[in-house]
Amino acid sequence: MTPDIAGSHPLALWPAAASRSATEVDHLILAFTGITLVLTVPIFLAITYFALRYRAGRNTVRRHTEGRDVKIELSWMLIPFALTLGFFLWGAIIFNTELHPPGDSMEIQAIGRQWMWKFEHPGGQAEINDLHVPAGQNIMINMISQDVIHSLYLPALRIQMETLPNRYTQVWFKADRPGTYRLYCSEYCGTDHSKMDGNLTIMSPGDFANWLTEAGSTQSLAAIGARLYAAYGCGGCHNDNARVAPSLAGIYGSEIKLADGTTTIADDTFLRNKILNPDTQKIAGTKQVMPSFHGILKEDDLTHIVAYIRTLREPTQ
Amino acid sequence: MSPSDAVMRDHSTARPAVDRPADYLHEQHTLRSWFFSTDHKRIGLLYLASITFFFVLGAIAACLVRLALIVPDGTIFSSDTYNKLFTMHGVIMIWFFLIPSIPATFGNFLLPLMIGAKDVAFPHLNLASFYIFITGALFTLITLVIGGVDTGWTFYAPFSTTFSNTYVIPALIGVIIVGFSSILTGLNFVVTIHKMRCPGMTWFRMPIFVWTLYATSLIFLLATPVITIALILLVMERAFGIGVFDPRLGGDPVLFEHLFWFYSHPAVYIMVLPGMGVITELVAAFSQKKVFGYRFVAYASIALASVTFLVWGHHMFVNGESQLAATIFSLLSFAVAVPSAVKVYNWTATIHKGSIHLDTPMLYAMGYIGLFVLGGLTGLFLATLAIDAHLHDTYFVVAHFHYIMVGGTMLAFLGGLHYWWPKFTGRMYPEAFGRVGAGLIFVGFNVTFFPQFILGYLGMPRRYHVYPPEFQLLNIMSSAGATILAAGYFFPMVYLIWSLWYGKKAPANPWNAKGLEWTTSSPPPTHNFLNTPVVDFEPYGYENKAPEIG
Repeated sequence: MTPDIAGSHPLALWPAAASRSATEVDHLILAFTGITLVLTVPIFLAITYFALRYRAGRNTVRRHTEGRDVKIELSWMLIPFALTLGFFLWGAIIFNTELHPPGDSMEIQAIGRQWMWKFEHPGGQAEINDLHVPAGQNIMINMISQDVIHSLYLPALRIQMETLPNRYTQVWFKADRPGTYRLYCSEYCGTDHSKMDGNLTIMSPGDFANWLTEAGSTQSLAAIGARLYAAYGCGGCHNDNARVAPSLAGIYGSEIKLADGTTTIADDTFLRNKILNPDTQKIAGTKQVMPSFHGILKEDDLTHIVAYIRTLREPTQ
Repeated sequence: MSPSDAVMRDHSTARPAVDRPADYLHEQHTLRSWFFSTDHKRIGLLYLASITFFFVLGAIAACLVRLALIVPDGTIFSSDTYNKLFTMHGVIMIWFFLIPSIPATFGNFLLPLMIGAKDVAFPHLNLASFYIFITGALFTLITLVIGGVDTGWTFYAPFSTTFSNTYVIPALIGVIIVGFSSILTGLNFVVTIHKMRCPGMTWFRMPIFVWTLYATSLIFLLATPVITIALILLVMERAFGIGVFDPRLGGDPVLFEHLFWFYSHPAVYIMVLPGMGVITELVAAFSQKKVFGYRFVAYASIALASVTFLVWGHHMFVNGESQLAATIFSLLSFAVAVPSAVKVYNWTATIHKGSIHLDTPMLYAMGYIGLFVLGGLTGLFLATLAIDAHLHDTYFVVAHFHYIMVGGTMLAFLGGLHYWWPKFTGRMYPEAFGRVGAGLIFVGFNVTFFPQFILGYLGMPRRYHVYPPEFQLLNIMSSAGATILAAGYFFPMVYLIWSLWYGKKAPANPWNAKGLEWTTSSPPPTHNFLNTPVVDFEPYGYENKAPEIG
């Protein structure tokens, strides 16, 4: 059964908006369109009018002064620029909100690959190309690509973010209007780029809870990660007593001093990179003995292990 | 009969052809005299023929793309074929038509004429540039014949280096080689403008077209090497597995985005600036009026060529670029609007109280101003961070840059081609057909590309072969427009060639225009001027006495 896509009427000239932020972007675009008309229509009219009014052969007054024109030049350089600067600011302010997910966001892991999306919910429910999320809650999608550059585009929310093959990128939203909307890959990625799309279903919190139950899952992402962590023997070295490798308890989000004197934050990208390429970003004061798991762990294994590492807290005294 | 026809009639000469003084077209007739000519005018025409060939190829690819998009389910071509079609359209139109279009054809032909020189500074290097261009073009043609390439003209890694199964390396080599042609042409023009101006031709007596060529040449020299290096790195990674961009080989794909756009944003101004120069010439000539704010327009060209190096990051707002970088790039992109506005308002002010002749070149110029303004302002939409987060990589972007590239550069090219056609060939084109063609192109262009703004805003991603059914109506409109546009292009293609044999003989100055190129015969003698011109008058002296060449 094909679901009813919101705003998919063939004569629709306005895309469906599923969040308040999307409506704000619409206001910005509308206002900008308004100012564009104010700036362009007079030029169109003037050119047409002048071309007819001063057409060669017409007997009309063409006398004009050749005086200093600095003032008029400056005014048409600066006034339109000043008018548009307001839109720069407006856009930057909304973008600022779009870039910073609130701390209480529900996190969904996404992996892009040629040519499909895989989404995983914290409880371990996985879906391909379709994404179900609850309305009224902050959702953060943490994504990475397994091969080339993709981009997750959610037009009903007016947001997109590239999905890169070597680092995690995030996009967050809070949807308000339940319904089915489209999602796309918007960065060209090869043969079936245009089939790398699916549906974003926004549900009321109750429906979403039912959906999670129906979708079923035996293990949370962190639990899957814990199993992999044990299976690959990570804990053999990374434990609280070992001297060989740093303990991972509480490492997520902490500040790491690197051997080259700089510091970095132990985020998803950093942890993933240390698992795959332990010889890079060497940590100050430790000897690098860790083997690389490049080619051994798959992209979703990495996501799961990182999800597990996030749950490791410092032991409370 | 329009007033401009009257002007032409007044100036036409009744002399039979045999009495004409030897000109550059008729001095020698051998193939050798064309293919090994170091005459900038002949080289200009060699470029004109070559880029017209590539334009036809690129246009055929565009027609097939628009054909495929009539249906939403992608049944007309396979996805691989579609991807190759839009890639060939982009690669050919950007590197083998738009970039060389105005600089290499009009620039070569007109730059020495406009500054009163006998030729460019390095005529042999100029011929070498042409053959370098042809060599690059051959690689592209070979790529096309053996099976094509599907990376998009943007060649993003790691898709282009590790994943694509098409002929990426020959395509890259073609583009790398053609870059050297750009660099050498830029070098030639810069030296020519510095060293070859005739007595009295000071910097502020140069036509605006020469200013824009100068600005363009600076971009050729400074930006092209960056894309050459970036594409060589792609070849190294693809051919030898040397990791630069693919993370699996230890590289970083975002690095390629930076290197690519560090060239490709300035490349937009390689395509746009000469067009602005052409439009300035047309507007002044067909308004019979001095360019309003000459110095501002001249400086604006240099300003655009400078600011364009500082905005490449606006192609990367949604790739995880830092917020600080994104905000600065957004602000700097807004600043581009200032010199662009200078151009547009000054053209409008030039038309004001002029004596307007609505001949074909002027129709193209007026169309250009309208479409360029729309293309430019939609560029500001995309420079706005929160709007770009929605419209990035959608059809809105496709519409925006076609308004700049086709609505802008292509119309300027056609306008200039009609304006200087008498000078190039010694023949007039048929005015009525010219006007009909210009009208068809303007209408066809808008019907093709305006619906794409709406498609993008509705959320249709670009480079989509299969698309949701709700977008079909607008896609059909766009494809219908493309047929009108193609019919429009057909007009000049046919009547310009026809005019080579059957066109009215052109007088030296059919438009009663100012500028040194109109003081010599049409077509000009091999060494451009019988006597070296001496300039003791200001440019665009339309209200003044006509220049007299001593």
